[in-house]
Amino acid sequence: MHALTLPPPGHHDEMLLASGAIRPHYQSFAHWLQAQTPEALAKKRSEADLLFHKVGITFAVYGDEAGAERLIPFDTVPRIVPAEEWRLLEAGLRQRVSALNKFLWDIYHDHEIIKAGLIPAEQVFANAQYQPAMQGLDLPLGIYAHITGVDLIRHSDGGYYVLEDNLRVPSGVSYMLENRKMMMRLFPELFERYQVAPVAHYPTLLLNTLRHASTVDNPTVVVLTPGPFNSAYFEHAFLAQQMGVELVEGQDLFVKDDYLYMRTTVGPQRVDVIYRRIDDAFLDPLAFRADSMLGVPGLLSVYKKGHLILANAIGTGVADDKSIYPYVPDMIRFYLGEEPILHNVPTWQCRKPADLEHVLANMAELVVKEVHGAGGYGMLVGPAATAAEVADFRERVRANPSNYIAQPTLCLSSCPTFVESGIAPRHIDLRPFVLTGREVQMVSGGLTRVALKQGSLVVNSSQGGGTKDTWILEN
Amino acid sequence: MLSRTAAQLYWMSRYVERAENLVRMLDVTHSLSLLPQSRGALTELAAPLAVTGALEAYSARHPKLDAQALFNFMALDLENPASVLSCLKLARENAHAVRGQITAEMWEAINSTWLEGRQFPKRGIPSVSSFFDWVKERSHLFRGATYGTLQRNDAYCFIRLGTFVERADNTARLLDVKSQLIEPAVDSLMPVDAPSESAPDFYAWSALLRSLSAFEAYHAAYRDSLDGRRVTELLILRPDVPRSLRACCDEIVAILPQIEANPGAQDAGRQVKLLAGRLALRLEYGRVDEILDAGLHRWLTGFLDESAGLGEAIRSAYLEAN
Repeated sequence: MHALTLPPPGHHDEMLLASGAIRPHYQSFAHWLQAQTPEALAKKRSEADLLFHKVGITFAVYGDEAGAERLIPFDTVPRIVPAEEWRLLEAGLRQRVSALNKFLWDIYHDHEIIKAGLIPAEQVFANAQYQPAMQGLDLPLGIYAHITGVDLIRHSDGGYYVLEDNLRVPSGVSYMLENRKMMMRLFPELFERYQVAPVAHYPTLLLNTLRHASTVDNPTVVVLTPGPFNSAYFEHAFLAQQMGVELVEGQDLFVKDDYLYMRTTVGPQRVDVIYRRIDDAFLDPLAFRADSMLGVPGLLSVYKKGHLILANAIGTGVADDKSIYPYVPDMIRFYLGEEPILHNVPTWQCRKPADLEHVLANMAELVVKEVHGAGGYGMLVGPAATAAEVADFRERVRANPSNYIAQPTLCLSSCPTFVESGIAPRHIDLRPFVLTGREVQMVSGGLTRVALKQGSLVVNSSQGGGTKDTWILEN
Repeated sequence: MLSRTAAQLYWMSRYVERAENLVRMLDVTHSLSLLPQSRGALTELAAPLAVTGALEAYSARHPKLDAQALFNFMALDLENPASVLSCLKLARENAHAVRGQITAEMWEAINSTWLEGRQFPKRGIPSVSSFFDWVKERSHLFRGATYGTLQRNDAYCFIRLGTFVERADNTARLLDVKSQLIEPAVDSLMPVDAPSESAPDFYAWSALLRSLSAFEAYHAAYRDSLDGRRVTELLILRPDVPRSLRACCDEIVAILPQIEANPGAQDAGRQVKLLAGRLALRLEYGRVDEILDAGLHRWLTGFLDESAGLGEAIRSAYLEAN
């Protein structure tokens, strides 16, 4: 009834073996799928669209004047991950995030990794994301990145690779939660066929992580948002509501006598922990960007006195920068004395003459990225680009080599996905969310993003990507 | 609760209420302008412009007063910040900012209202009266969702407070417009003795009562023919008519003590409670003859001033604290 097709050779498909047979963990789903009529499934999809719209699960696209809000397309074919695969991923994520936190502590204290000669000093200290204000500052439990969203992809060899460590303000966890709710609402019968690990307790884990980050008894936690016009505002409001804490904007906060307060209907109330969803540069107009209307004047001075916890800490961006990324496996060996469980994608650093030469010569086969870029902007996907685009990018790289890195064009795995013509393989990635408090915790799940255009490898929602529910199996 | 959140909840419900009352006003002026004896239908049509202070904006965009242009301007024009759709848009923007403080049902009510409403300027509306009914229905839905689903906390109080502050203001303005339109013809507000001469006034008062959903209440309360004096009494002084000034002020007085006060510090809400209590007492012990002796328009102007003072006190006590 529903034709399932393989991706082009050289790609791993989550549901199908290269022979075209169904992988064991997808067999029950495929069996169910064949019993559904296309009409019934189409009806469910429009029901999902309507529900998402109604509850306002939307995002704003920057640079889009007319449509202030859009839905992120939701695909109803789940991405299913067998239990043993997740066990490996979970161990790898714990290891990686622990090392990154130790790295951040180190570069803001004794610089051991630099003294050991593993990372060149200028890569750290000349990095725009390095915050000198953080040098020597002691944070409770030594934690910098309380919330991490690690982007993983699965290569043609079937292995998982880390594409990016998001240590600033990773977003998307609300879609992980809402996608699950939607699937349970649309297809409850599937949850009888599969033992899917629950994810709904994420807000509770997050709140505990934030509370434990402070040394204050019964601390007051808030979520700090840039406001309703931010693309992820829905998520900020959602998380504040789910945790039962205030959603504040900069204008709601003020500093008095070395403490931070919020303006309430019963007068000023002290704030101890901020889950901030705005970038370092906008936090405090007195310390960073003076034109910021989003932050709170004097916030940094309160922070430096230890009267406030920021999650994540100021200055974490230096550790998820694409110029530091190639060193993460070394960090794991250096701080933990362990071999990395999760692999990095091979990366050429254009600041190195030999690497630059390779990149310039092979640009049409590579993915070239700006070192500080994010969200799928400022990157070149060589095989998908025209000759003119490649030539243009070559000039840009040549003009400023240290601003670029390059990676092989990865064969992101594919997963069957509803498209106009029926069901077709589309490329996906995975972003699990890792919480670091007294211990490293995560829910068994994550956000699966899917590139809806045929052959496309760009999964970012700002570039037309969609999402899927991610099922981690319990057995 | 954050002061800003309180302000957004309060304005969210004020804008929903304002949209509903604007439609009630458009409805009554629309019916009046259709009367055959209507003295200068244009005067009636222009009333909503005067009340919302949009007369200048209207004349800047439309050379003359005609029913269709006026309806479009007051109901559907998003460039008129006082139009019904603008109110629904602002209500939705405020709701969006406090998404975490309201229930899914309330958000769905207010969001789907805007999603549907914003189609009207392009797609058109089936009829003027179906648009009026739609707006009222959406407002009822929002209020019902609030009443039926929201926890009884400060959020609830500020939403209800917004509803009744806005409603008191709107009812007073509607009454004021009507009294000025009707007064020149009827000898002030004396009882209508000769029905044959006063048919237009009968229709005017009944349109006013209907627009405030108080027509049945009038008959239940007085069991008598329509006259201006009794309509005035009903809409100002009766505690059992939900859109009367008295009912609105009673609600406000009942809500205020439920808002969480700051223990220790001086109660910021003291001034609010004082002003609201004063208004409510005036209405509780007021008599219609005193109001009419003072002149209805003058009395209503005084009331509007005081209720604006109450709004200002609410703002400085709760919404822009510190």
